[in-house]
Amino acid sequence: MAKKEMRRPIESGCPDGFQYMHPVMVKNFSQWKWHDHPRPGVLRHVAESGDAIWTVRAGTQRILDVFTLRTLCDIGDEFADGHVRFTIRSNIEYMVDGEEKVNPLIGALENAGFVVGGTGNSVAMIAHTQGWLHCDIPGTDASGIVKSMMDELIDEFKNCNMPNRVHITTSCCQINCGGQGDIAINVQHTKPPKINHDLVANVCERPSVVARCPVAAIRPAQVNGKPTLEVDEKKCICCGACYPPCPPMQINDPEHTKLAIWVGGNHSNARSKPSFQKLVASGIPNNPPRWPEATAIVKKILNTYKDDARDWERINDWIDRIGWSRFFELTGLAFTKYHIDHWRGSRKSLNSSTHIRF
Amino acid sequence: MADREPHPTPMLNELETGPWPSFVSGIKRLRDDHRQDRVNGVANDLLGQLEHSYETRKGYWKGGTVSVYGYGGGIIPRFSEVGQQFPDSKEFHTLRVQPPAGNHYSTDILRQLADSWEKWGSGLVTFHGQTGNIMFIGATTDNTQHFFDEINDYGFDLGGAGPCVRTAQSCVGASRCEQSCANEHKIHRTLVNNFTDDVHRPALPYKFKFKISGCPNDCMNAIERADMAVIGTWRDDIKVDQDEWKSYVETKGRQHTIDNIITRCPTSSLSLKDDDSLEIDNRNCVRCMHCINVVPKALSPGSDTGVTVLMGGKRTLKIGDLMGTVVVPFMKVDSEEDYERLVEIAENTIDYWAENGLEHERCGEMIERIGLINFLEGIGIDVDPNMVAEPRESSYVRMDGWDEEAIRWFERKGEQKRVEPNAVA
Repeated sequence: MAKKEMRRPIESGCPDGFQYMHPVMVKNFSQWKWHDHPRPGVLRHVAESGDAIWTVRAGTQRILDVFTLRTLCDIGDEFADGHVRFTIRSNIEYMVDGEEKVNPLIGALENAGFVVGGTGNSVAMIAHTQGWLHCDIPGTDASGIVKSMMDELIDEFKNCNMPNRVHITTSCCQINCGGQGDIAINVQHTKPPKINHDLVANVCERPSVVARCPVAAIRPAQVNGKPTLEVDEKKCICCGACYPPCPPMQINDPEHTKLAIWVGGNHSNARSKPSFQKLVASGIPNNPPRWPEATAIVKKILNTYKDDARDWERINDWIDRIGWSRFFELTGLAFTKYHIDHWRGSRKSLNSSTHIRF
Repeated sequence: MADREPHPTPMLNELETGPWPSFVSGIKRLRDDHRQDRVNGVANDLLGQLEHSYETRKGYWKGGTVSVYGYGGGIIPRFSEVGQQFPDSKEFHTLRVQPPAGNHYSTDILRQLADSWEKWGSGLVTFHGQTGNIMFIGATTDNTQHFFDEINDYGFDLGGAGPCVRTAQSCVGASRCEQSCANEHKIHRTLVNNFTDDVHRPALPYKFKFKISGCPNDCMNAIERADMAVIGTWRDDIKVDQDEWKSYVETKGRQHTIDNIITRCPTSSLSLKDDDSLEIDNRNCVRCMHCINVVPKALSPGSDTGVTVLMGGKRTLKIGDLMGTVVVPFMKVDSEEDYERLVEIAENTIDYWAENGLEHERCGEMIERIGLINFLEGIGIDVDPNMVAEPRESSYVRMDGWDEEAIRWFERKGEQKRVEPNAVA
């Protein structure tokens, strides 16, 4: 049989961005002098040369269909200069070389249903993961949670009324691809995996699965004469780490897969060093299609922060100042034994002083 | 849609209400309005499966093995577990495609990508996934190859998936931001494009990510998410335009300035003088960016710029969250030799980790297991007090090499003085 000639890949890697960059940005590369923030959703950057560029940022549904993508391109051609970029939080940014182009561009975006904002001290677009739409291990659907929450937080996206910027993330499993956030809404499983012993030996590389468990709760076993795996349910922390390498160890459960909310993750080095998010609420129902219980808690935390934090305090800065006891008091959230960490290195998270606020 | 009724989607329809743009409406447009029957059918069955997930609160995709000819990774295979009910989307793989550095696009190139994608795929795309890739969501096994061939011809390449060097990310940086202290664009491409073989053919212990932020605001979340974080910084003085500064103080008031800027400096290095000018103790400034962020018109990073390199950041799995640790407190990245040195550090790290990391062990977890010292010796980097928040508290360590180590330290300090007479000893 004649072998079909296959095309060899061109291993070009990451493309050069200069070929797509706005010409004012190419010309003034590394020669920018200052920026300001004329209104929410708009940034003005001024170069040493005196050139200026205006950026208009808009939130989208992130999962774009080609019609929406072409609409965004049409707006870019008619009202902007044909050059765009995307932020790490999946907002689209249009760059224009004249102030007179800004308002018509904003009008065109808003007429088409996009939301201008997400700059400065706003609630930025929620970073999210693939969820039921596409992931192989999700406990929930981040796209739906994000849509539901952004519907309610849209005014905070369009305005800059927060003490500092707020980055919210969502994740559909405890791997937390959404990453650290000022507020993170993440899946938290509460029961050990349910094992289909008929499938384990065929589907899973058992030693790798045993090695994957953070608490050594998985061991090889025989069930009905078949080699399989079993879980010591007293040791199991229900993290779901065994599920990706071994799908017959089903961790997702319509009732027992819950959502947890974490706060104070901050990647910036501004003021304090970067910080990881801390648990504040759990046991929240995973309740599609609109997850109202999770949104209510997020809004409560946001409103408390907005009222009580000082200008420029991120959520972690604010809690550093007022203390955790006050945080739970002000937000009305329960403080439980689950808030006290016992993972490795956790002694450093305990209070070993008489520093107590009354 | 030629021959099939749309699946009912009562739960998903709830996500078409409210003011934020709806991804459900977008998928429905593909189902109802696209001129290709194939695209209509895929969107319909995708919505059907998603509705099924919403009803049962479970996911129905499973992985597998799919790649393009010549590569071993870059595609996230998805086969439906309920493909009999939803046959048109039963193969629904995602192609991870590396975006241009800085995520810059012209509308022309976006249209070209959209044209290619609707020819071969579902018509759904995300700019960008959490790994930094363009996510082309939903193609059959056969069509992944056709789509890749087409976009690869005009300059796009697959990113990483699996245990490999992953797609890198860099901020907008010097192309628009005055706070940029490095050429993020060039660092990004120089690093990741040195490892295309390791991107395309997964053979490492686990994933390895580069992220490049132009300043310590770290907009790319590099310290918390990257195995190798390269972050722009400077070592001379913050630039102050005293006229702009005084005009800010005049507008906002002294109390506002003191409460929001002066007292927020983490090292108490700022002082508001009686004449409203700003005095900075630059020797104790830790480059946190706060004052610069608040008054960007008056304050900006210094001119003697370079980068700080941190290694080992990652999220929970398996031993818990780890931030990156400083491995290079400061290096210049100007000349070609500087870039070569940065690549050399990355190569040494990946080689050492490939040799010593356990299966599914991130670089940071290996460092945790073997200790920073063994890692530094493995990649040939000397210790530096900037690598620690504080020195050791425990006396449980064997220290009979002390004298030699102390001599090495003083020799190194002496050497640095000779090579770089202006360096701070």
